Amino acid sequence: MIRVTLPYHLRTLARVDDEVTVDVQGEVTLRSVLDALETQYPMLRGTIRDHITGERRPFLRFFACEEDLSHQSPDTPLPDAVANGTEPLVVLGAIAGG
Amino acid sequence: MSGVRVLVGTRKGAFILSSDAKREKWDVSGPHFAGWEIYHAKGSPVDPDRLYVSQSSGWFGQIIQRSDDGGKTWFQPGTPPGEPTTTPEGMPKAESNKFVYDTSAETGAPLTTHQFYDGTQKPWEFKRVWHLEPSLSDPDTVYAGVEDAALFRSTDGGKTWHELSGLRGHGTGPSWQPGAGGMCLHSVILDPSDPARIFIAISAAGAFRTDDGGKTWKPINRGLHSLYIPNPTAEVGHCVHHIAMNPSRPNVLFMQKHWDVLRTDDAGENWHEISGNLPTDFGFVIDVHAHEPETIYVVPIKSDGEHYVADGKLRVYRSRTGGNEWEALTNGLPQSNCYVNVLRDAMAVDSLDSCGIYFGTSGGQVYASADAGDNWAPIVRDLPPVLSVEVQVLK
Repeated sequence: MIRVTLPYHLRTLARVDDEVTVDVQGEVTLRSVLDALETQYPMLRGTIRDHITGERRPFLRFFACEEDLSHQSPDTPLPDAVANGTEPLVVLGAIAGG
Repeated sequence: MSGVRVLVGTRKGAFILSSDAKREKWDVSGPHFAGWEIYHAKGSPVDPDRLYVSQSSGWFGQIIQRSDDGGKTWFQPGTPPGEPTTTPEGMPKAESNKFVYDTSAETGAPLTTHQFYDGTQKPWEFKRVWHLEPSLSDPDTVYAGVEDAALFRSTDGGKTWHELSGLRGHGTGPSWQPGAGGMCLHSVILDPSDPARIFIAISAAGAFRTDDGGKTWKPINRGLHSLYIPNPTAEVGHCVHHIAMNPSRPNVLFMQKHWDVLRTDDAGENWHEISGNLPTDFGFVIDVHAHEPETIYVVPIKSDGEHYVADGKLRVYRSRTGGNEWEALTNGLPQSNCYVNVLRDAMAVDSLDSCGIYFGTSGGQVYASADAGDNWAPIVRDLPPVLSVEVQVLK
């Protein structure tokens, strides 16, 4: 069970109040977690990753275990603490403005 | 007893304003989709409870929302939650927020470039939906005018979208360029007398018309004169802000260009200026009275450098002569210290016997007149900046 924390507006779209959990078969990576998230919540497709390129949208970041994972390969294994559900993968909206 | 429902899109959500036919007392519902930019919301003329909304965000991209109960509940058309987003064969299933330019060999056009602000060429890149135009005959068919400029159509209630690529592939794309708000297709007018005829307008390319259901398009800009492009009478490149039609006369269109108000009496083949005695002919909105096709409305804005009404006075101008002769309508509107703008999709008319006129401002006010503009009153005063206003008459 993988825990994922979404920004407020994506929780609203997905109609969830809090952290969500997804099951991933095989290796736990950004790609596999986001694939599972979008399968469970198809209304989120295109909101985190671009429909065409599959790239992370520019104003979103991925954090976990006090690390910024935004720029790592989507196929890099996520930290063990995320894979075993101890820590969440955090999808965060970048702050623009003061 | 009939009533009206006003759909308001703002920078921070959608609002629904409802009243009976007197249009004096209003119920306000919202914000719907709080915190998101709502560029446009519009109902189906066939099924008024079918509403489509364009919801977007710089962070999360484009969303399409739909209601089948007049705005009481909403959903994103497409694959239901919990269902795989691909078929067992691996094909993607419906995604209502997926707008992909059609570059296929069968129906598409190559992804070419358009002019950027600095004159260099940039490839087309989808950004958002500016305008949703439901079909006149089928509630499941709806058109979307998007940035970068193109026209999409859904025939399954917004579940999937397909580009009518003949417009983007017209061949003049390299001379299209963004207006201050982006290179947007903002106006879509369906001809009630001819299902194959559609008029659209793009900032800044101009107006176009198809007579074959969107396969091929023709620029219809003869008569436009724009000093901000190298050739002021070029076939394309004009910053058309909005166009409007009275359905009873589909060959007559009215246009608010960046500067200049114009009309055509031959479906866009020729335009001529009707700015007449307007205090300034810069502006964004233009609309036509529901029952008097020669009565038109604009809100003059001081200039393209200032983007607010002139002299601190909010004045709607009405012409009952199809242009050239204009009267200021001020009763109930602020006439001092007012510096708001009224954006291109932020005016609408209803079809009640005494035609109602509605518009929203950058200051968050939505004004209504139940007597064709003679008297105005605010429905609400303190919404977020208004991007769009549409109205439905409910039986």
